[in-house]
Amino acid sequence: MSSTTENDLECIQVKKHFGSVRAVDDVSFEIPKGSFFSILGPSGCGKTTLMRMIAGFETPSSGDIRIKGNSVIGTPPNRRNVKMVFQHLALFPMMNVYENIAYGLRCAGASKDVIRTKVHDVLERISLPDVANREISQLSGGQKQRIAIARCMVLDPDVLLLDEPLGALDLKLREAMKIELKLLQHQFDTTFVYITHDQSEALVMSDNVAIMSEGKFVQIGTPQQLYHDPSAAFVAGFVGDTNRWAGKVTRLEGETVEVETGAGLAMRASIRGAGRPAPGDAVSVFVRPEFITATRSADAGTGQADNRIDGKIDSILFNGANSRVLVRDSAGELIEADVVLTGGPEDLKPNDAVTLAWSAAQTMSFAS
Amino acid sequence: MKQTDIKRLSLYLLFAPFALWIALLIILPHLGMLYISLREKVGPRVYEFGFENYINFFNEPIYWNTLLRTGSMSLLVTVLALLLGFPIAYYIAKIAGNRTRGALFLMCLIPLWVSDLIRAFGWILLLRETGVISSSLQWAGLIDTPIEFLYNDAAVIMGLVYTVILFMIVPLVSTLDGMDNSMIEAGYNLGGNGPTVLRRIIIPYAMPGIVAGCIVVFMLTAGSYLTPILLGGKNSSWFTEQIYDQFITRYNWEAGAAFGFLLLGFTSFVVWAGLRLTGQTLNSTVAKS
Repeated sequence: MSSTTENDLECIQVKKHFGSVRAVDDVSFEIPKGSFFSILGPSGCGKTTLMRMIAGFETPSSGDIRIKGNSVIGTPPNRRNVKMVFQHLALFPMMNVYENIAYGLRCAGASKDVIRTKVHDVLERISLPDVANREISQLSGGQKQRIAIARCMVLDPDVLLLDEPLGALDLKLREAMKIELKLLQHQFDTTFVYITHDQSEALVMSDNVAIMSEGKFVQIGTPQQLYHDPSAAFVAGFVGDTNRWAGKVTRLEGETVEVETGAGLAMRASIRGAGRPAPGDAVSVFVRPEFITATRSADAGTGQADNRIDGKIDSILFNGANSRVLVRDSAGELIEADVVLTGGPEDLKPNDAVTLAWSAAQTMSFAS
Repeated sequence: MKQTDIKRLSLYLLFAPFALWIALLIILPHLGMLYISLREKVGPRVYEFGFENYINFFNEPIYWNTLLRTGSMSLLVTVLALLLGFPIAYYIAKIAGNRTRGALFLMCLIPLWVSDLIRAFGWILLLRETGVISSSLQWAGLIDTPIEFLYNDAAVIMGLVYTVILFMIVPLVSTLDGMDNSMIEAGYNLGGNGPTVLRRIIIPYAMPGIVAGCIVVFMLTAGSYLTPILLGGKNSSWFTEQIYDQFITRYNWEAGAAFGFLLLGFTSFVVWAGLRLTGQTLNSTVAKS
């Protein structure tokens, strides 16, 4: 793998074993300068261990970690120009805001004047110019968040690591901070590596996302790629909402397969992932709710959809623009479909007979 | 209306044991002592109100020298207990695993199951001229004649540190335990080396525990009686010994009571000065840990 200085951070076949447990198993990736990179995975997938190795709190069992092209294996954490925003922020409660931000500069031996200008500069940039003399306990959740980032950014790091820093915030603030983090990253033009188990955080903020499962990177790509073109069944199931069936291939036709699900539904799907299935192979089939249209059976006519299933509305999940219906099909399974509910009389109601239709191209079949 | 009455009654009942304890066992005896200490003996069974007993203390150098000596040695014991206790507490709270933590804590507690007296005699058994250390050194051929390790300041200080170190470790463990490990990691991550993290993050964070431990240890040491007498013998010149002498040997309760108040005043002053010097308050330290 080439190591150019274009990349702020590279991991090359990094492995970490704890006894017989493989926490991180052969992970390689590179992050170009100034981008927002997220590592998304369920809890316990090894993402925190990976980040602790980048920060230097753990040593990889094998492999190399390079920052700006230089290997940092063997460099202690305080000598790496990688700063970290901790899950619970770890602001120092015995120091005020100014002291918290000045701490790193003092460690680096900066003069008093330099420290004062830099601290005030960074407070301006996070638009909290007046909090320098506040105690940490006097700050709101969002302010603490920004101070924790400022405390790192004042040191001009090559890479900023963020370990699920939004987890402790309430929903409204979390939504606001997502946008704010993205803006801060643009403003500082520093590489952010963001660890999360919350897919919406990763999708909204990132330039690139790596999906991690059981210590391995399953797929790296832009949020759009991961959502629309997942390379594996795990990614298709983990990113975004989806309907999922397990079934068997009954017929192959170019890039399209015909699948019969366990409950006996027949549907056409496009082949995704590695390898071509043969008739009789077990596959997992995924369709996202927004690609399924639900129309009253009476109005459905005979459209040209690849897949059509009749069913009955079981319940309506109203959530404004993201409303959804649960439809019970003839086999008794529930299928989710997005609908537009306008509040008018033509809205779908429970127990209405509906026809669900979707195209084979948006139905993803993975070998399982 | 009735509900609030019941509430108030239960509040009084809950508060009663504490109030009784403070009033009957602490305030009342001290008032009695204060009264006795302010009586001057002018003839057999004739007393007058006055400060004679306190004035005597300052006129007799041996008395206030003993008090100063007790104070300075207690400070030394406190410092030693802190220096020894901090790494132990840090190990228990931050480095040891969950299972070993309990075992280590228990090991610190076990000496308390044996009375002070027995422990002091244990030390005597080890340190006296015919004791274990002296005879094994002789057996090893390192010394020719038996050596007396007892009855010197070092023995007293060692014995006291051993007795009180637990009271340093317990508050330190509880404050350090409450410290998020990521705080220490953040200290390193932001560029601090080991000594910086210790000085700028761990010690300031543990300050409430340090101050609480130091106050308890200092008070216990300055007020201790058994250990200095048994390990220091006649040379120990501990101030509590003077108080005991006045009460029991000389049957001079007036002077003894005055000495008691002087010790209380002196140790309180030292604690106050210590708090002032470190910029701490009782509220931010002892009440917190």
